[in-house]
Amino acid sequence: MALRLPERVPGLPVLALVLLLLPLFLGNEFHLDIATQIALIAATVVGLNLLVGYGGQVSLGHAAFFGMGAYASAILTGTYGWTSIPALVCGALLVALLAWTLGRPILRLKGHYLSMATLGMGIIIAIVINNEGWLTGGPDGLAVEPLTVMGAELSIFDHYSLLGLEVSGALLWYGLAALLLLLAVWIAQNLVDSPIGRALRAVHGSEVAARVVGVDTSHYKLLIFVISAVYASVMGSFYAHYTGFITPQVASFEHSIELITMVVLGGMASTYGVILGAVLLMLLPQLLTDFQDYEMMMFGLILMLTMIFMPKGLLPTLSEAVRRLRPRPASAPASGQE
Amino acid sequence: MFAEFLQYLFSGVTIGATYAMVALGFTLVYNASHVINFAQGEFLMIGGMATVSLLAMGVPLPLAIAMAVALAAVLGVALHKLAIAPARKADVITLIIITIGASIFLRGLAQIIWGKEFHAMPSFSATESVNVMGAVMYTQSLWVLAVAGVLVLLLALFFTRTLMGKAILATSMNPGAARLMGIRTQFVLMLAFMLAAVLGAMAGIMVAPITLTAYDIGIMLGLKGFVAAAIGGMGSGVGAVVGGLLLGIAEAMTAGYISSDYKDAVAFLLILVILFFMPRGLFGARVAERV
Repeated sequence: MALRLPERVPGLPVLALVLLLLPLFLGNEFHLDIATQIALIAATVVGLNLLVGYGGQVSLGHAAFFGMGAYASAILTGTYGWTSIPALVCGALLVALLAWTLGRPILRLKGHYLSMATLGMGIIIAIVINNEGWLTGGPDGLAVEPLTVMGAELSIFDHYSLLGLEVSGALLWYGLAALLLLLAVWIAQNLVDSPIGRALRAVHGSEVAARVVGVDTSHYKLLIFVISAVYASVMGSFYAHYTGFITPQVASFEHSIELITMVVLGGMASTYGVILGAVLLMLLPQLLTDFQDYEMMMFGLILMLTMIFMPKGLLPTLSEAVRRLRPRPASAPASGQE
Repeated sequence: MFAEFLQYLFSGVTIGATYAMVALGFTLVYNASHVINFAQGEFLMIGGMATVSLLAMGVPLPLAIAMAVALAAVLGVALHKLAIAPARKADVITLIIITIGASIFLRGLAQIIWGKEFHAMPSFSATESVNVMGAVMYTQSLWVLAVAGVLVLLLALFFTRTLMGKAILATSMNPGAARLMGIRTQFVLMLAFMLAAVLGAMAGIMVAPITLTAYDIGIMLGLKGFVAAAIGGMGSGVGAVVGGLLLGIAEAMTAGYISSDYKDAVAFLLILVILFFMPRGLFGARVAERV
């Protein structure tokens, strides 16, 4: 909303710089591991934000797409011996097809019925993954082959020489995750600035008004639903290869809730806001481990308080505060309101 | 053959009555405030758990139930006062996240107090079960049905015969106009949350001897209550009851005749199919969108 100007222009290079410098401040492999996971999840959330933040459509089942991508990669590379990239593409196509088929009837629904339908879809997919043990390993989970690209294997346990430098697999994986996140942001920003993005913002503002001025609203809603599902699927594939082991938890209702919470917590329709949301929500359990038994309660409490006092999300609230601190000529009206 | 069917029907109707009570709670809160309260399931957990604890302390059953319900009622009011009311103007999705935060908080609290293990509650009647035409009918099922029936009846009377009930209805139809008519809408909202908590706690207590209770049972029970409410069409009281019973029976039949692994999927499959063909549920009113 009001954020567009300050964040758009220098955002991507700043993000790239932060991601580039971050490993220098990460003391050990454990921190690097968390940073890599955060980057992969953040890229997923950037895709989800296209649907929720810009399109105004709630999805309480997005982890199902993430899980499908993860399991497609795990099964195709593990059981059927495919290489990573074709497996990833096949998973993404499968997810796109499913999202396209289910999206048509689902996206006709509005408000709580839409929440209900996406929630139902997500839970059904999670239950199928949980029950079809012959294919997915069931609740015990499934080991995943390391990522292989053109015959080369990228494993976090190996070391590689890159331009004469000895680099650990973990650091390379971090670099890959960081690149994926940058790519995700770059694509998302271009989409937002394209006619698709403008149509979506019109839908978010008022669907009826958008239809009246000739926007094919159901077409655009479906399109962004499929795009955000593919985002989740691709990142799910990478996530599976990275962690080397997946359980049905990746597709669960709880994970869906985590993803949408990152969007809302960070700030809907703010690409960097939702990345911040992903960072905070994934760091929070790490910070709360000291509280042990109280971890879950604290997590719920923090979530509740943040949303009560910053209903627009962290980044929009913070930048609003910054803007208010800066003295402004009284004549300038608040711009950027739709 | 018939005995088998009857057996599934009994268990379906029993669990369906529980869903109906949860769905009624959803409906009450939704009507009054247009909030979907994802913490609704936690009241079932709190009702059941608190009763188990009080029984263990030697409190007689009726008093234990009353105290557990009172606790849930207080928590329901607190939920509204501390979490929902301050965020009145927030987006739908923000409110959803707040209620989810509240449910995680309550679950975390329950885990500290009661631990992670399952807790058993004895049946209310000394006789465990009776034989009806070859099928086993648990006496606790009769308790569930009786209590659900009485609560539904009381609610119906409350909404049609009392001024307070009509005030809630008026607030749900048009909060602005209701306020102009001198209805204290904030009080009405609080009352709706309290009643929903009481309904949830009663359902949780009644069903605990059959299903056992644990700190995390609220998630699935809450979601299924939400499904039941949506099947009936959000906001319709009759719809919530019909939706709950329908869901319970469909689940029991699936578990019995098809696969118990996919029992939990039934609710969500049912709601998808219904919404595909009737986007506003079975009993939902057709409303024109105001632009």
